[in-house]
Amino acid sequence: MSEQPKNFGFGEDETMLRDSASKFFADNCSPDKIHAQVAHNPDIHRPIECIWDKNLWQQVVELGWTAVCVPESAGGVGMPLVAAAAIAEEVGKAAFPSPLLSTYYATFVLNACGTDAANKALTDIVTGTPTTLAITNEKGSWSSSDTDVSIKDGKLNGTAWFVQDAKKCDRFIVSAKGEQGIGLYQVEANAAGVEITADGIIDLTRDQAHIEFNNVEAVALAAEGDGDKALDEAMPAILTIISADMVGAGEWLLQTTVEYAKTRIQFDHPLGFFQAVKHPLVNVMLDIDRAKSLVYNAACSIDCGFDDAELNARMAKSQASEMAVFASSRAVQYHGGIGFTWECYIHLFFKRQMHNQVIYGDGKHQRTILADMVIGQAA
Amino acid sequence: MSDAERKDTPEQAEFRAHCKDWLENNHPGRPDVRLPQGALELSDPDALAYLQSWQKSAYDAGMIGCDYPKEFGGGGRENCQAIANQEMQRAKTPYLPNVIGMGMAAPTIFFHAQDDVKAEVLPKLLSGEHIWCQGFSEPGAGSDLANQQTFAERDGDNWVINGHKVWTSLAHFAEWMILLCRTNKDDKYNGLSYFVVPIRENLDKGITVRPLIKMTGETGFNEVLFDSVVVDDRYRLDEVGAGWKVAMTTLAHERGAGPLVTPASGGMPLEEDESAQTSSVYALIELARQQERHGKSAADDPLIRDELMQIMIRQQAFNQNLRRAGIPALNDHPMRIPLQFKLVATEMVQDLQNIAYEIEGAASTLYVNDENSPASGRWKLAYMNSFGMTIAAGANEVQRNILGERVLGMPKSK
Repeated sequence: MSEQPKNFGFGEDETMLRDSASKFFADNCSPDKIHAQVAHNPDIHRPIECIWDKNLWQQVVELGWTAVCVPESAGGVGMPLVAAAAIAEEVGKAAFPSPLLSTYYATFVLNACGTDAANKALTDIVTGTPTTLAITNEKGSWSSSDTDVSIKDGKLNGTAWFVQDAKKCDRFIVSAKGEQGIGLYQVEANAAGVEITADGIIDLTRDQAHIEFNNVEAVALAAEGDGDKALDEAMPAILTIISADMVGAGEWLLQTTVEYAKTRIQFDHPLGFFQAVKHPLVNVMLDIDRAKSLVYNAACSIDCGFDDAELNARMAKSQASEMAVFASSRAVQYHGGIGFTWECYIHLFFKRQMHNQVIYGDGKHQRTILADMVIGQAA
Repeated sequence: MSDAERKDTPEQAEFRAHCKDWLENNHPGRPDVRLPQGALELSDPDALAYLQSWQKSAYDAGMIGCDYPKEFGGGGRENCQAIANQEMQRAKTPYLPNVIGMGMAAPTIFFHAQDDVKAEVLPKLLSGEHIWCQGFSEPGAGSDLANQQTFAERDGDNWVINGHKVWTSLAHFAEWMILLCRTNKDDKYNGLSYFVVPIRENLDKGITVRPLIKMTGETGFNEVLFDSVVVDDRYRLDEVGAGWKVAMTTLAHERGAGPLVTPASGGMPLEEDESAQTSSVYALIELARQQERHGKSAADDPLIRDELMQIMIRQQAFNQNLRRAGIPALNDHPMRIPLQFKLVATEMVQDLQNIAYEIEGAASTLYVNDENSPASGRWKLAYMNSFGMTIAAGANEVQRNILGERVLGMPKSK
């Protein structure tokens, strides 16, 4: 621990990148704009839509954000993970509907594959191919060894579930079981035999799908027996980035609720005068700060290649998940009757947090694994 | 070489080498007496004598008060106390006894007393020869600290003090007290003044120290009665009526948010048994391995395991908050994290110690006076004592008000 840079490796370049992301979202992605865009139809039986602004995605690509975690050898910028964490925090603060974070997850997996095919896929990410992971089975297992897709004679069959941002992405990285074990495969969204079925999800700022593969030709990114290892190697970075998104969204919920508590008058006082409101909001702040520090610590220990990277990342995801639930519930509660309505923007972030906290394992899931790592397997 | 060491200036590196060298040859060894959990629980004079002797030798070796000027008994160095603290911790030394003196009185005196008073009191404060206590709280002024009723009345070059202080840790051993009291009854905040008072020499001149017994059965704190105690005006800090401002210097340092680093040693286990280190989650895990619940190891109980991981995460988050607090680019408000330290640290420790009850199960009923009590009963004692920390230095409810108002900008609560 003491061997890590004291500033988490968060220097001037990372600060500038974060500040430019913050400005980009302030200019292009205000909550009212997002709300008008993704929440235009409150009908509980509304048709499933994938709504996002492709022009903004193009700008994101031109700003170089997809290249941040791609190594220079593959045409990327090769910045440390703390830089991507800072961008993810701003993404969460804006509830930005985009495939950026999914593309980061794919980037970490491709980095871990280390094959020529993976390197080629990384260069495509730099030039803007949105890419996502199709690695989860129907039961929602987060284990890298569980998949409902099989590989035989270079052909994929089966279904991948809970694929994030699937309708926004042009390319999937699919885990599949073969005779020699789990491998990873690249599939284009428009390839023959690929059938994408969008899920009706609660979070309005994302899309999700299950994807059926019928004899789909696949390019191997990691050979059979290497795929689960690559996924395990990438998982700490994935957990860190999704946690950073939750930290950003948590901070938006806190600041927005604090502003409301300063202005809404009841019983002749602003709500924030009452300690029944003030103290839990302070608790939300404490929870966010814990999560934020754990995120930057995890990112830094991954950047340093330390053995405790997974430990630190799972701690971050556990804390961020608990915080996400708490911050969003308090935001709705302290906005009172208005917080419970569709027209109030709180629900956008509430739903995003509830989605994030479960993806790649909720707090309890992380702590079950942590306990095995720290205490040892229970008898 | 650790990251901290890599960042040392040449002066710091030389000083660190000196600390390492001295500590290697001068560790005081384990005491013959039982040490309480911390200095604020001290009641046995033999335990005090052992700790005072340790503080004196560490002081003589230049590791206490390093950053104070030489003319006031300090080491005349810059930014070296943190290094001494790191090395003393690494060497697993005993804790220091004069915690109120070093953590609260010394920085306040340094920033607000006249020079002859600094030269008079700071050397023996830093050496630990003179124990200090804090006369802030009163029966009617706990969290509402400004509601001071103890009154100092001017009498020529002296002040005559009457009143009643309570919850005064270490007063039974103290030579000196930092005293907040009222000098004007018409103005709550601007009617306060701040003194240093030689209480031991006034024990037969109007000062009475009466021990209070804590819920644990330990002594260690007291009530202190002032009956026309005469104090020289030169022992006043700052202006008459500036007491509240001076007290803020004390409180900032008490909460770990002041500019001067408090000398601190520690790390020496209180018991040989690793499972009795009552501030460590790893000791708690060790305790869980030793205890059974429902016929199997408590360390295998999934609910206990989840609690252990939750508290481990909180400890790691606290450590990483300490680290992030020093990075302006990752803080939107400079006091947002520092003002959390006291609140977060004390609640974390309290919750950690509470888990020990669940782990010990039926044996959690056994106290320190029972030889079958796991970990010598340290966990239960520590849990009860933890309430001293969540209440003292501004109850945590007050800390939440401060954070809500100063950091989040919400309106002041009544």
